Amino acid sequence: MYLEATLTPPVKETMRTSGADAVLRSFIAEEVDLIFGYPGGAIMPVYDALYHYQEQVRHVLTRHEQGAIHAAQGYARVTGKVGVVLATSGPGATNLITGIADAMIDSTPLVCITGQVGSHLLGTDAFQEIDIISISMPATKWNYQVTKAEQLPEALSRAFYIARSGRSGPVLIDITKDAQFEMFDFAYRKCKQIRSYTPVPALNLKQVEDAADLINSAKKPLVVFGQGVILGNAENEFKQLIEKANLPAASTLLGLSALPSDHPLHVGMLGMHGNYAPNVLTNECDVLIAIGMRFDDRVTGDLNRYAKQAKVIHFDIDPAEINKNVQADIAVLGDCKESLQALIPLVYERSHQGWLKEFEALTGVEQTKVIEHDLRPTSGPISMGEVIHQVNLQTDGNAVLVTDVGQHQMVATRYTHFKQSKSNITSGGLGTMGFCLPAALGAKLGVPEREVIAVIGDGGFQMTIQELGTIFQTKAAVKIIILNNSFLGMVRQWQQLFFDKRYSSTEMENPDFVAIAKGYGIDGKSISERDDLKTAVMEMLSHNGSYLLEVHVGKEDNVFPMVPTGASVSEIRLE
Amino acid sequence: MKQAYTLSIFSENSVGLLNRITSILTRRHLNIDSINSSESESSGIYRFTIVVKTTEAQVKKLVLQLEKQVEVMKAVYHTDSDTVFQEIALYKISTRSISEGNLVEKLIRDNNARILSVESDFMIIEKTGHKEETQELLDFLSPYGVLEFVRSGRVSVTKPMGELEGI
Repeated sequence: MYLEATLTPPVKETMRTSGADAVLRSFIAEEVDLIFGYPGGAIMPVYDALYHYQEQVRHVLTRHEQGAIHAAQGYARVTGKVGVVLATSGPGATNLITGIADAMIDSTPLVCITGQVGSHLLGTDAFQEIDIISISMPATKWNYQVTKAEQLPEALSRAFYIARSGRSGPVLIDITKDAQFEMFDFAYRKCKQIRSYTPVPALNLKQVEDAADLINSAKKPLVVFGQGVILGNAENEFKQLIEKANLPAASTLLGLSALPSDHPLHVGMLGMHGNYAPNVLTNECDVLIAIGMRFDDRVTGDLNRYAKQAKVIHFDIDPAEINKNVQADIAVLGDCKESLQALIPLVYERSHQGWLKEFEALTGVEQTKVIEHDLRPTSGPISMGEVIHQVNLQTDGNAVLVTDVGQHQMVATRYTHFKQSKSNITSGGLGTMGFCLPAALGAKLGVPEREVIAVIGDGGFQMTIQELGTIFQTKAAVKIIILNNSFLGMVRQWQQLFFDKRYSSTEMENPDFVAIAKGYGIDGKSISERDDLKTAVMEMLSHNGSYLLEVHVGKEDNVFPMVPTGASVSEIRLE
Repeated sequence: MKQAYTLSIFSENSVGLLNRITSILTRRHLNIDSINSSESESSGIYRFTIVVKTTEAQVKKLVLQLEKQVEVMKAVYHTDSDTVFQEIALYKISTRSISEGNLVEKLIRDNNARILSVESDFMIIEKTGHKEETQELLDFLSPYGVLEFVRSGRVSVTKPMGELEGI
């Protein structure tokens, strides 16, 4: 194979087997026990092999390939393992693309296997033929087409290694049908290293020392952290660091749950609908310490007015992230667990009392002007915030929160209390509506012992509503909360604020969601009165099995605070 | 300020890698001025030479994005003054129109060009050099009728010693 790699000795002795059988044996060698997919002509031999391995590899049949890949994403994010997806050629493969792009931008490890027409038909516009290698190229970390069975074990061992190592991401392996049928001598060797690929840059201790010096000299340090802390399993090191030097720490959307929400140094969420204090004080800190985050435009607002007064330290595993959006004065490349372990002994104990008080003061402003009203309104329709507040009270912060995209996502992530890591599953970078329902299914199957709550808008719910069927069939006890405002709420909010209330194609006439759920054998309830909320959430949580709670919320409620597009983070609006 | 940068990308030889590389440029709306690929001095390692016009800030990011690809071992960029580079051009001209007087001798001497092939009705002239030089010869020949013209992508080696070691 062209990709020069170091491999381990074979897991078992060589044996004569088909390509399709080899795919399953490779899964087992990689300790895969749950996969998501949808069969079709060009992947049938693999499905046939699957039939013989049902005891070892459970396959979840979703109702659409997009559902399969989002489920695999939910599973991967909540377990930290590689998510595996099977789909057929042509439309089966193209239906994966949104999920692949989502996993790429959110660094989710996936291995997607697609069937392909027989190799003699490649390039002939055969039935269900599409060049999925070219289509998926910009959205995969790596992809490869297998046309001979003997290439399968080496392609799959590289696929799993690439997907999970370094900055994780999606890999696609396209297998022609003849390669699935072909008999060959199978032996699986795990991949340990690839010549052309450096997943983790070597840690440079000089960079760590420079970073420590700058942190030690800082009067107003601010830590901004992202999903890198979770992907790098560095939650403990991260907590030790901020506690030792009393560093206020603000999370990106995907960084949430890396640090418990009630940690005294957790100063909130960054970005467009994040918290007031960390956004405003980003432009007042003297040292900005970025850990495992990539300065997304939704976090930074106008880059020309972003933390210009501050020295920037950037910890990341991906060299391409350094200086991409924000110039770093000191870049510490490497795995953040290792980098932080090296950094902690060099950092002085500090109190930063006055500086921390500034966060408290601004948080107080947000509390009075926004949060109080969001969580405890006394009149008008139910607010999204009070629903989340009620869920917090009743789950005590132990649930996994899965969200879709839009207003409900911002409200739910702002207000949910997280106690443990890997509890916040959402589509961050790509902003994929329809992500939530299948991702929640995948998450529940990944951690069946945990409560998994899917909070979805009425728009996104209907993008992958068919996955109610999969929830029904798998009996996965996902609790679904639809925050229904009969609008594509976030777009409507922008139309109100920036397009003179011209509500162009955002109002929705919705079906009876509870009746639909009932059709799928899922119990549910719809409420619109504040007095019913507490009991309804209680019923949902105590229900044995999956449940759908529809809450009618204010039609034209807005999410604040907000950093308007093109504005600076310190120009964040409270109303 | 935008200027020409030569990207040198060292990689495994894989189906579709060119696609992966060009999509990194396409995504940033960058046009490729010239492109060439060949096996490098190390057996099995391929070298892409791509010329793009862009800013230094952009080209720095490009190199990191290119190097991030699993099959890419190393990517570097250089300005024209940091490299020695050449392109090759072939010109097909009617033998009759050019064989009058001492025109052929003049063009060969003045342009450091050479004749690759002479047929009864046409001849093929080859010239290597920078783009401006091959262009100059094209302009000179145009009045005599150029039947075909083709110019290769740039090939380039770097001037600093040792810079590309360890690939």
